[in-house]
Amino acid sequence: MSERVNFHFEIDGENFTSAGEASVRIKKHLRDMGFSPDTIRRVSVAMYEGEINMVIHANGGSADVDVYVDRIEITLADKGPGISNIELAMQEGYSTAPDNIRSLGFGAGMGLPNMKRYTDNMKIESEVGKGTTIYMTVNV
Amino acid sequence: MTVKELASALDCKIACMPDESREITGGYAGDLLSWVMGRASSGDAWVTIMSNINIVAVASLADTACIILSEGVIPDDGVVEKATEVGVNILMSQLDTYALCASIFKLI
Repeated sequence: MSERVNFHFEIDGENFTSAGEASVRIKKHLRDMGFSPDTIRRVSVAMYEGEINMVIHANGGSADVDVYVDRIEITLADKGPGISNIELAMQEGYSTAPDNIRSLGFGAGMGLPNMKRYTDNMKIESEVGKGTTIYMTVNV
Repeated sequence: MTVKELASALDCKIACMPDESREITGGYAGDLLSWVMGRASSGDAWVTIMSNINIVAVASLADTACIILSEGVIPDDGVVEKATEVGVNILMSQLDTYALCASIFKLI
């Protein structure tokens, strides 16, 4: 494999039913590239949670997955409302998702905690009114 | 036990079974999708009453062996097509979640 392989996705914020498309595609790419089922699961679950968050809260955004020999880096960027209290948002069970989203089985306040649980490193940069960028790394 | 064998043993209806020989290695029950994604294990039979399209992505990414809709729930429009496309098995049972899980526990 060359030094780095990049996959870029635009996440459609209008269509909740197609949320997860990018994660499912990444899962296929990583499987084709020969990564272990555990690595694939960690990357795709973390990315799915990010996708869902961007659809629920930020009207979409972009996802970049950079695959290296020893690690996989995921960058999720949106121009949504931003996160005013990141520490609070990271707590399991805390959610600002609306009721219609909860009725679909989301909004349990597990999105960001799952992203942290499934990755080796996670950094959130957010500015209220400007947007949020999340960097995650899964070591291979 | 394979998904096909479990479906038969539980007398489940089959919404779609694109991967009938998938081995079931455990079970999980839950309706909060992020919770399921964080806790269900690869190879689980996942019991839920959620019927919307997002269950397909959750099952695919968490790599569960199948979804079993309990309590007589049927999948929403478009779910079966999407599940077939991405290889996710969906079964349907009239049993309530508790009885269904107890039955699965005895079988696997």
